[in-house]
Amino acid sequence: MLLVIEQLLNGLQLGITLFLMSAGLTLVFGIMQVINLAHGSFYMIGAYVGATVAAKTGSFLLAIPAALGAAALVGAVVEIVILRHLYKREHLDQVLATFGLIMFFNELTLMIWGRQPLFMDVPGPLAQSIEILPGLPYPVYRLAVIGVGLFVALALWLLFAKTRAGMKIRAGASNRDMIGALGVNINLLYTLVFSLGALLAGLAGVMAGPVLAVQSGMGESILILTFVVIVIGGIGSIRGAVAGALLVGLVDTLGRAFLPVLLRLVLESSAADSLAASLASMAIYILMAAILVWKPRGLFPAHA
Amino acid sequence: MKKLAMGLCGVGIMLSTLCSAAEPVKIGMITTLSTKAGYLGEEIRDGFKLAIDQEAGKLGGVPVELLVEDDGAKPEKGKQIAERFIKKDNIKIMTGIVFSNVAMAVVPKVVQDDVLYLSANAAPSKLAGDGCNANYFSVSYQNDSLDEVVGQYVTEAGHKSVYLIAPNYPAGKDHLAGFKRYYKGTIAGEVYTKLDQSDYAAELAALRAAAPEAVFFFLPGGMGINFVKQYAQAGLNQTIPIYGPAFSFDERLLGAVGAAALGVKNGSQWTHDLDNPANQQFVAAYKKAYGRTPTLYASQGYDTARLIASALKATGGTDDLAAVRAALKKADFASVRGNFSFGNNQHPVQDIYIREVIQTADGFTNKTIKKVFTNHVDAYAQDCKM
Repeated sequence: MLLVIEQLLNGLQLGITLFLMSAGLTLVFGIMQVINLAHGSFYMIGAYVGATVAAKTGSFLLAIPAALGAAALVGAVVEIVILRHLYKREHLDQVLATFGLIMFFNELTLMIWGRQPLFMDVPGPLAQSIEILPGLPYPVYRLAVIGVGLFVALALWLLFAKTRAGMKIRAGASNRDMIGALGVNINLLYTLVFSLGALLAGLAGVMAGPVLAVQSGMGESILILTFVVIVIGGIGSIRGAVAGALLVGLVDTLGRAFLPVLLRLVLESSAADSLAASLASMAIYILMAAILVWKPRGLFPAHA
Repeated sequence: MKKLAMGLCGVGIMLSTLCSAAEPVKIGMITTLSTKAGYLGEEIRDGFKLAIDQEAGKLGGVPVELLVEDDGAKPEKGKQIAERFIKKDNIKIMTGIVFSNVAMAVVPKVVQDDVLYLSANAAPSKLAGDGCNANYFSVSYQNDSLDEVVGQYVTEAGHKSVYLIAPNYPAGKDHLAGFKRYYKGTIAGEVYTKLDQSDYAAELAALRAAAPEAVFFFLPGGMGINFVKQYAQAGLNQTIPIYGPAFSFDERLLGAVGAAALGVKNGSQWTHDLDNPANQQFVAAYKKAYGRTPTLYASQGYDTARLIASALKATGGTDDLAAVRAALKKADFASVRGNFSFGNNQHPVQDIYIREVIQTADGFTNKTIKKVFTNHVDAYAQDCKM
C-alpha cells in the first residue's frame, strides 16, 4: 500500500514536470498554430544556465531567476528572429525549421559548456528524505517540485481567467483573426506568449537539473512525452495540459512500477520482465490512441 | 618526384613498396566525437595521439599519419568512413570505434578486406566468439569482462541477493548476463528500463520494496548519472550498496554525479593509480598534455597506439601485413595495465580490478582497492576457432 502511495507521488511529480513543459507548448500550438519542436531546447537552456549560476554563486535561489530569464529571453529572440516568419507557412516548414533549431541549440551548448555533463546539487535544506507516512521516506526535493508545479498551475489559471492579458490570449486561441481585427497588437502578444512558454520550460529544466544529468540533448527525451500530453489534453487548452500531464505521468510511472509485478502472476519471471519493459514503454501511446478514438480532438479541445 | 610517386600509387600495385616507403603509415581512426557521447572518442583519440607525440610523429620509429573521423555514434556513418579509408586513403590499420553497434557494422567488413582492426573500446561478444578473425584485435577488453569482475566481487563480499537494472536493449542484457555468470547468490529482481530514460523514481521505489542486499546496474552515459544521483537522493545509498562496471564512473562523468557516487565500487581493467612504470609515465604525460586525469578510454587509446608501435618497430612498416599481424599478436609492449597478452581469440588476457570512487583535492576519482581476476580470459574465447 505504501508502495502504491509512493508510486502515485512519483507519477504526480513526473506529471507536474510535463505540465510545465506542455503548458507553453500547447499555448504556442493553439494560438500561433506553430509546431515548435525546439521547445525542449528551452528546457535544456534553463538547466544549463541554472547549473552554471548555481556552480558559480553556490545559490539555488539565484539559479532559478537566471534560468527563467535566460529561457524567456532566448524564447523571445527565437520568436522574433525565426518563428515570426513561419506563421503563414505550412506545418512541414515549421517542423523543419524548429528541428534545425534543436540541432543548433544542442551544438551551441556543446560549444559553450563542452561535452562533459554539468553537475548541479540539490539545494541544502531540500537534500534529505522525510517520512511522509510511517515507513515511507520521500525525497524533499521531489515534494518541492510538486509544490512549485501546483503553484504555477494556480498562477496560470489566475492569469488566464482573471486578467486582461489572459483574456486576450484565450481570445487569440479561439479566433486569432478576430482578435487582430479588434486592434490587439498580435505581434507583441505572440512574442509574450512564446516567451512565457519558454520560461515555463526553463523552470522545468532548472528544477530537473539536480535530479538529472544536465547535458546536450536532454530536452528531446521530455519533448516526445510533452507532445503526447498536448495531444491527449487537446491542443491549445491549458486545462487539457493539466489533465493530460497528470494522466501521462501516472500511467507511465504506474505502468513501469506495477506491470512487471502483475505479469509475473501469469508468466514466468524472465518473460514477464521483458514483456513488462516493452509494455511499460508503450503504455502512454496506447493511452493516447485510446483517448483519440474516444475523443478525436483530445480531452478538452480549445477550439470546440 | 614525390608527387609522381603518389600519382603512381593509384595505378600500379607493383609500385606499392615504393609508395609505402615514401609515405608515412596511415592509421584510420573511426570514433565518436560529436553527440553527448563525444567525450569518449575524444579520450581515445587524445590517448592515441599522446603516444604519437611522444615519438614526435612516429610509432616504433616509423613515421605515421593519424586520420580521425567522427562517426556520430551511427553504424551507417561508420561504414561509410571505413569504405573511404580503404578505397581512397588505402589504409591498412584502423581503430577507435566506441560503440558496439557501430563496431558490428564496420569490423566484420573491413577485416574481410585485409585491413587490421584494433579495438580501443567496443568489443561485442560476437567478435570474441565464433565471429573472431585473424585481422581483429581487441586491445580494451571483452564487453562482459567488467561486469564479470563485479559479479565475482559481489559474491566474495557476501551479498546474498542482488537487484539488477539495465536499459532494455541488447547490450543491457549482455552486461547483466556477464554479471550473472560470476554471481552466485539470488537475483532479487531484474529490471529493464527504457533506453535513455531519465527519471528512475518508479524503479527506485520498487527496488526499496524488494529490499535486496546490493544493486548492480549497467546504465551508460547520462542514464547512469541520473540513476546514481536519484539513488542517493532517495537515501538508498545509506542502506544498499550499488555496484557497476567502470562505464558510469570515469573521471569525466563523476564530475557530473558529484558526492552521490562516493564509495561506489566498480570494475575496471585499469585505473590511473596502477603502480607500474609505464602507467606512471603515461598518467603524468597525459595530465601535462591535456590538463586532466586520463579515463580508462584514454588508457585504451594509448595502449592501442603503443601496441601498433611495437609491431611497426618489428616490421618497419605495413608492407607485409602477415608480419604485422604476427608482431601484434606477441603484444610485445609495456601496457599501462601491467600484465597484458592476447588469448586465442586475440582479446586481452589481463588482470581486472575493483575500484572505489573517492574525493581528492582535484575532484572525484577512483582508487584501486582489489585485484579480483588475474590473467582473466573472456567467456567467449572457447567458441573461437583460431
